[in-house]
Amino acid sequence: MKRTFLMLNLILVAAMVLSACASPAAAPTSAPEISATATSPAPTGEAPTTAPSGEITLGLALSTLNNPFFVTLRDGAQKEADAEGVTLIVADGQNDPAKQASQIEDFISKNVSAILLNPTDANAVVPAVEKANAANIPVLTIDRSAAGGQIVSHIASDNVAGGKMAADFLCEAIGGKGNVVELQGIAGTSAARDRGQGFDDEMAAKCPDAPIVVQRPADFDRAKGNSVFTDILTAQPEIAGVFAQNDEMVLGAIQAAEAANRTGIVFVGFDAIDDAIQAIKDGKLAATIAQQPSEMGVLGVQTATRSLNGEQVESFIPVPLSLVTKDTVP
Amino acid sequence: MRGFLREFGLLISFGLMCTVLALMSDRFLSIENVTNVLRISAINAIISVGMTFVILTAGIDLSVGAVAALSAVIAAQVVQSSGMTLASIAIALLIGTLLGVANGAFTIALRIPPFITTLGMMTIARGLALTFTQGRPITGFPQGFRYLGTASIGPIPVPIIVAASVFAVGYLLLKRTVLGEQIRALGNNPLAARLAGINTNAVTVRVYTIQGLLAALAGLLLIGRLDSAAPTIGVGYEFDAIAAVVVGGTSFAGGEGGLGGTLLGVLIIGVINNGLNLLNVNALWEQVVKGVVIALALLIYKSVSERR
Repeated sequence: MKRTFLMLNLILVAAMVLSACASPAAAPTSAPEISATATSPAPTGEAPTTAPSGEITLGLALSTLNNPFFVTLRDGAQKEADAEGVTLIVADGQNDPAKQASQIEDFISKNVSAILLNPTDANAVVPAVEKANAANIPVLTIDRSAAGGQIVSHIASDNVAGGKMAADFLCEAIGGKGNVVELQGIAGTSAARDRGQGFDDEMAAKCPDAPIVVQRPADFDRAKGNSVFTDILTAQPEIAGVFAQNDEMVLGAIQAAEAANRTGIVFVGFDAIDDAIQAIKDGKLAATIAQQPSEMGVLGVQTATRSLNGEQVESFIPVPLSLVTKDTVP
Repeated sequence: MRGFLREFGLLISFGLMCTVLALMSDRFLSIENVTNVLRISAINAIISVGMTFVILTAGIDLSVGAVAALSAVIAAQVVQSSGMTLASIAIALLIGTLLGVANGAFTIALRIPPFITTLGMMTIARGLALTFTQGRPITGFPQGFRYLGTASIGPIPVPIIVAASVFAVGYLLLKRTVLGEQIRALGNNPLAARLAGINTNAVTVRVYTIQGLLAALAGLLLIGRLDSAAPTIGVGYEFDAIAAVVVGGTSFAGGEGGLGGTLLGVLIIGVINNGLNLLNVNALWEQVVKGVVIALALLIYKSVSERR
């Protein structure tokens, strides 16, 4: 009996260890101290090393450039900076919180006008943000938020609008009537909440004859999307359309429909991952919602310059999403 | 006799659950639905057979989900680049087996509790799967490769046949072979087992090896079904399997329990998930409902099996 308790305790410990591994809190939380006069790690940007006085210079600290998403974001920011005549210095954090912290300190020592920050780690970046705050340099976050410090504005995709967009498309694709199924993400995450809220509200408002008959969580996971939708197919003899809060789940659901030989269901996903784009080309998936990293970069630069020119900016700037269908597939 | 009573109590719990679900949803007992429950439970069933052996020796294996993922993504890569279906399946099973051997060998050689060894293996295998795939799923397999996950023989899906075969072989192994007796002896009292001349180290390694092989097999079934091998598949499968084994009455202390109970445990978990989907239970309540149903099932079977 004692051993049973021991094992149970061990299980609990394991669960705690595991959840700790999974959370960003386990990442290094202390940024290396580098004095403001240090000349070491310079940002990998191509811009001048000192900011010309009187003009606006923005420091863009990206988590990584080893991902097309952030390369596109940088290109959008650069385009907007050129258009507005502001100088942009870009630093590639290479997914290393320590490297990013020293890059931010470098921005501070160059006395940039504002910092556009895409954190490698929401928690690890906080000390660096606080240093920028102390030096009176405004910080704006892009795509991912920081867990602390003073942030002027957060610029990220508008998941609520994305959910609405999915609802509008699905409503039209099923001709405004029929049973609709919604596969939800992990309960309690902001993406699941926002995408779901946008979709549910829009369906209720614009598509009264297409009730959402089933809403089931499949945790953003393809295997769960597959097994959950298999059961839903059994429970619902008539399904006109499916909205899944990410592409992984919708791809699992499509496999389930194929296995059950059910046809004529309109599937809509979210995220526009490569497999989903392929599924659209193959005619299996009707649509997915894509983020617009380039627009994110543009809005980041715009918001920073507006703020520096004394305008009051909103604390959250939603970046519009775009609908990808077989007509607009890249 | 005790074993029989224990399983009998569990059977009553399971029967009650099915009756309630059949009353609440007219589709629950349809052939289509029963087939689906079995087909989807097949993966947990296969892993749970290995987990029963492991827990019978008073051990634990937390690495099964990660081992399934690593073997599966490597097989997926091989079949995509070479088109050799059988070779890729063999490679996956070999990798699972080797990872299992490593689990067992480190546990006995370093005298670390299997909890720690397999926790380490879980992280390493998951990390390797992520590195190997660069975090992206590998998608699109030849039909032959998907046979294990999607095909049917007559009306019966192949995953059910595979799982049933694994259970049958596991049952015979546990009841009719020397290794089966040694597993129970080791779990009951490792010292006595050693004094009785059993090579306990060899038994330990064999048990984790079987578990590794079965985890890889489960991974192959899963990616066949999904037509996609993501490095993130199988997260949490260790807990599903441990839950099935323990709900099925196998003791964490080792020695006690068996595959009959595990089979019922797997079915109970599969039916709960199916019921939640059929009845469209609210996402925010799902885990509460799941926990309450499991607790009730255990309560009923405990009251039945103690009233001898």
